[in-house]
Amino acid sequence: MSELESKVTFTGECPTAMSASGRVQLAHGGGGKLTQQLIEGLFLPHFSNPALDQQGDGAILNVGEQKIVFSTDSYVINPLFFPGGDIGSLSVSGTVNDLAMMGATPKYLSLGLILEEGFPLSNLDVIVASIASEAKKAGVHVVTGDTKVVDKGHGDGLYINTAGIGVIEHNQAITPAQIAPGDKIILSGDVGRHGMCILSQREGLDFSSELTSDVASIHKPVLGLISKGITLHCMRDLTRGGLATSLLELAQASVLTFALNSDAIPVSNDVRAISELLGIDPLYVANEGRFVIIAPPDQEQSILKVLMHYDVTQGAVTIGEVDTPKPGEEGVVSVINAYGVSRPLSMLTGEQLPRIC
Amino acid sequence: MKYVDEYRDPKGVHYFREKIEDLMSSSGNGCASTSTTPSISTPSISTPLSIMEVCGGQTHSIVKHGLDQLLPDNIQLIHGPGCPVCVTPSEVIDAAIKIALLPDVVFCSFGDMLRVPGSTKSLLQAKSEGADVRIVYSPMDALNIAKDLSKQGSDKQVVFLAVGFETTAPANGMALYQARKQGIDNFSMVVSQVTVPPAMVAILQNEETAVQGFLAAGHVCTVMGYQQYHAIAKQFQVPIVVTGFEPVDVMQGLYECIRMLVCGEAAVVNQYRRSVTEAGNVTAQRLLKTVFQLQDKEWRGVGSIAQSGLELAEQYKPYDALLRFGVSLEKNGVASPCISGEILQGVKKPDQCPAFGRSCTPESPLGATMVSTEGACAAYYLYRGSELCPS
Repeated sequence: MSELESKVTFTGECPTAMSASGRVQLAHGGGGKLTQQLIEGLFLPHFSNPALDQQGDGAILNVGEQKIVFSTDSYVINPLFFPGGDIGSLSVSGTVNDLAMMGATPKYLSLGLILEEGFPLSNLDVIVASIASEAKKAGVHVVTGDTKVVDKGHGDGLYINTAGIGVIEHNQAITPAQIAPGDKIILSGDVGRHGMCILSQREGLDFSSELTSDVASIHKPVLGLISKGITLHCMRDLTRGGLATSLLELAQASVLTFALNSDAIPVSNDVRAISELLGIDPLYVANEGRFVIIAPPDQEQSILKVLMHYDVTQGAVTIGEVDTPKPGEEGVVSVINAYGVSRPLSMLTGEQLPRIC
Repeated sequence: MKYVDEYRDPKGVHYFREKIEDLMSSSGNGCASTSTTPSISTPSISTPLSIMEVCGGQTHSIVKHGLDQLLPDNIQLIHGPGCPVCVTPSEVIDAAIKIALLPDVVFCSFGDMLRVPGSTKSLLQAKSEGADVRIVYSPMDALNIAKDLSKQGSDKQVVFLAVGFETTAPANGMALYQARKQGIDNFSMVVSQVTVPPAMVAILQNEETAVQGFLAAGHVCTVMGYQQYHAIAKQFQVPIVVTGFEPVDVMQGLYECIRMLVCGEAAVVNQYRRSVTEAGNVTAQRLLKTVFQLQDKEWRGVGSIAQSGLELAEQYKPYDALLRFGVSLEKNGVASPCISGEILQGVKKPDQCPAFGRSCTPESPLGATMVSTEGACAAYYLYRGSELCPS
């Protein structure tokens, strides 16, 4: 194998991640294979520790007697304003949802703003009001922050980082390690809205129906389930890379195999139509108010019953289950289609839609 | 009728699956008694019948929906060269990159072409090195960028990478037609357009080919009609079915093709009647004759095919980016394990390539058939990857 080929065939063992070009590509932020390679090949070798190595949506930390969850996310979405929300509401719900996925009650957020010189203060006011409104709805407080300004021509208007702290007020361990064969996979609602909404806004695609993003905080139904004593093995919110990426990550982390029923996966007619037009698979499209729950089969009906009570999870449905893998099939997620043919899902390659969140 | 729903209906797929099974399980069943005297020797039903679907979009539909897995074992599907991204010569990519890296050039392209490797790098890698490379969904978007820049008094030139079969040629032609009509001078194209029928003939003339029948490309035929295919069917005695892309289209197209093979017929049949007529889109064809002319063309991995490409007609030559920027196509003899050529001609399948899934993956593709969303290798990797790759 030539030197170039050995760099190009990435194995994850090399301490310095080498993409063929040796440079950051848009796909490194896509949430798919290249993002994973960057994390495993460049970040983890420098920072590895027990909390980080879990690679959960947030880190579980013990502070005295209390178990807390700490998570961070940055928002570079373009455009800043879109039907259903804006970068402000997204910066709150995104981090709140990461905390909720770990089973934590979200409490506090930090808010870091990077502003471009010349950005209209009136727009900033709208965005900050949006942050305040979403924080109030979610029951979290913005307790610390920072503001930086960069020269005109850099910063694309506004970038936001939020870090969040939540507390775990129960005894369940909700991590990929809990996933077991026979578990049911439950999806909280229809997929592909956020990504398709952003794409149609960004590209000025004029459709007769306006697609709305599904941006929403989803911690209330989650905490509702936990408070009723329902056993949850694992949860993941579906952001970049969509449903497929999240399930592939969980299947690989749990070293099991998932089987999905393609007919059961809800996709709205609008999203389906735009996806057809643009040749994009909705299973890989970003969401910002959807999550999956993996739970023991005897909990399935109770979970669906509880989720029906919350607006944001009205469309919840079981889409598949967890199986014991045959040798060599660990981490595989397969989808059975309408014709009875099963095919494996692949990890996303490249950048399907940049600057989606 | 929603078309997408009806032509994906499992009932329709299984209906044609059963009819194909009937045809292949006993000899002579399903032949119309009024058919003309068989002019090819009726193949023994026990040998695999080999049918090529020409268009990359059809390949993807087959692999994505698992339609090949629904067919009896004595039908073999061979994936054709109908992936324009796949057949774009490496030297065209190199020339495009040279132009894109020039200062004051805004280089526009469909997304797919950005990841295709040239001899050393792709347009996407050139973008990460500072080239102003932009994804557009239509050549008219690129033309509008040129108009806007001109209005702003900018010196920048917009260059569009025009790649495709007869399906995309009319839109690309229209952008050039409008550029000339409106006097938009800061606009030009790198043209690498190919035509389908000469490629089908080249495949049939290849001694190694096993192809006995074709599913012709439905959208190419929407533009061009299918008059050109009668001569091919007659000369080579192969049935040709103009076929759409949805699962029911493909299964019906396969059924019609297999029926003709079993009955010893060699004719052209139109399955994709909701989109294709025999004459095709005459207005589009007229535009093509105005803006383009036929030339011999190099197909990546396949070689030169006579009169299979489109170059700009004389009065449109000023819009040829290679001429405008003084860049020539330089063939490079870079040895590569990529066997795209054999795959595009249907001689090998992707999983028979030693590099498949190893040194050649969608993240680090050795050839265009792995990059393009319509490439056979990409389809196999995406939809079958974990079954085919060695662990």
